[in-house]
Amino acid sequence: MRVLVQEEPFDFGREAQNFASGHSNMGAIVTFTGVVRDADKGGMDRMVIEHYPGMTQKALEKIAEEAVSRWDLGDVMVIHRHGELRQGDMIMMVATASRHRVNAFEAAEYLMDYLKSRAPFWKKEYTADGAEWVAAKDEDEDALSRW
Amino acid sequence: MDVLYFAWVRERIGIPKEKVETGAATVMQLVEELKAREERYEVAFSDLSALRVAVDQELTDFDAPLEGVREVAFFPPMTGG
Repeated sequence: MRVLVQEEPFDFGREAQNFASGHSNMGAIVTFTGVVRDADKGGMDRMVIEHYPGMTQKALEKIAEEAVSRWDLGDVMVIHRHGELRQGDMIMMVATASRHRVNAFEAAEYLMDYLKSRAPFWKKEYTADGAEWVAAKDEDEDALSRW
Repeated sequence: MDVLYFAWVRERIGIPKEKVETGAATVMQLVEELKAREERYEVAFSDLSALRVAVDQELTDFDAPLEGVREVAFFPPMTGG
């Protein structure tokens, strides 16, 4: 299991390759990458992600451990950035390895659903009009109930 | 104990962290004490349904006991991913 909380960018290709090549008996590798998009109203200059340094790593590890306990996984990886990002930058990625694809897909979706609502990150969008905290969406909270 | 604020809660209260001497038995009692201090706390804590709380870096709820606790954090619903 690998959980990284970092300000600097990560190399998606290299991370995915390293993750996949480390697991020779896994039939399925799933990766998901979150990318910064424009603010809903448009015109975003930058995004700043605040986090809770003492808690973030532990919260992500707990989510990853829960995924490992629920699905038959060979490995899990989570990388999540904080600090200043711009449109098109990669915010985060998850990767799951399993002998079969259903486990790998489901576990990746589980990780994403929990990262959205249970990991202590807060996004703020800066546009020409000023800065606004991104509001949590009801559907993100609702998504947890399916697990 | 240390009390931490994040995102717009931090901005409304105006500081990221402070030491609080309190005899509050629960998070809710701590919130009431803070609200009684100054208007900025009253404003930040006016709608608890819009807030989340972590005690010693674990998510919990406003009924959580505070005995032996070192750190309480208040923040809005998280927006990771």
